[in-house]
Amino acid sequence: MSAKKLALIATKGTLDWAYPPLILGSTAAALGYDVQIFFTFYGLQILKKNMNLKVSALGNPGMPMPMGMDKWFPNLGVALPGMESMMTVMMKAKMKAKGVASVEELRSLCQEADVKMIACQMTVDLFDMKPSEFISGVEFGGAATFMEFAGQSDVNLFI
Amino acid sequence: MAKYDQELDATGLNCPLPILRAKKALASLGSGQVLRVVATDPGSVKDFDAFAKQTGNELLESGEEGGKFTFFIKKA
Repeated sequence: MSAKKLALIATKGTLDWAYPPLILGSTAAALGYDVQIFFTFYGLQILKKNMNLKVSALGNPGMPMPMGMDKWFPNLGVALPGMESMMTVMMKAKMKAKGVASVEELRSLCQEADVKMIACQMTVDLFDMKPSEFISGVEFGGAATFMEFAGQSDVNLFI
Repeated sequence: MAKYDQELDATGLNCPLPILRAKKALASLGSGQVLRVVATDPGSVKDFDAFAKQTGNELLESGEEGGKFTFFIKKA
């Protein structure tokens, strides 16, 4: 019996949105799936050696914030300089307290489990990124590269 | 209480770490050997059941006491 396959597209580069592809990828690999993740546009941030991802409440009205900050700083408030960094620090502290893995740890677990990570060549060029900015093991490819694997996959998700 | 060959403390860890750590621990065991996992994540109850079904490793026994969930997994 050949292994099941999971194909993911990761398009977002904030701290919170980095979790779904990394959690599903590492877990599926642990369950015996062959996994490929195609990182495109802002999702490329997840492949950077220095991730430095942040959370943003902008355009995210459902996001719960500590200490009633959403009441004190509605909309314009969360756009204030320094607000994003402060919220990121709070989010990371909360995650640590709850035993949630860091994105760095989950990414390492994906690498250990042979999850294939593909950076979208077109967006790498578009944003003038260099291959040296990415972690080792990243492959570069385009839509056809992704479709070759996605076409034979049991699960395909766009995140 | 079932006998076991190795124990994994996954207390305080949240999804998906208990599963990923268990997978790693099982890799070091031989076929038929048993891993005991202790976790505090309530989601791990369903997750270990699903893990066993999908990997073929057998969930021999599971239980809860004082907020701690215990699983005995026999390697396929």
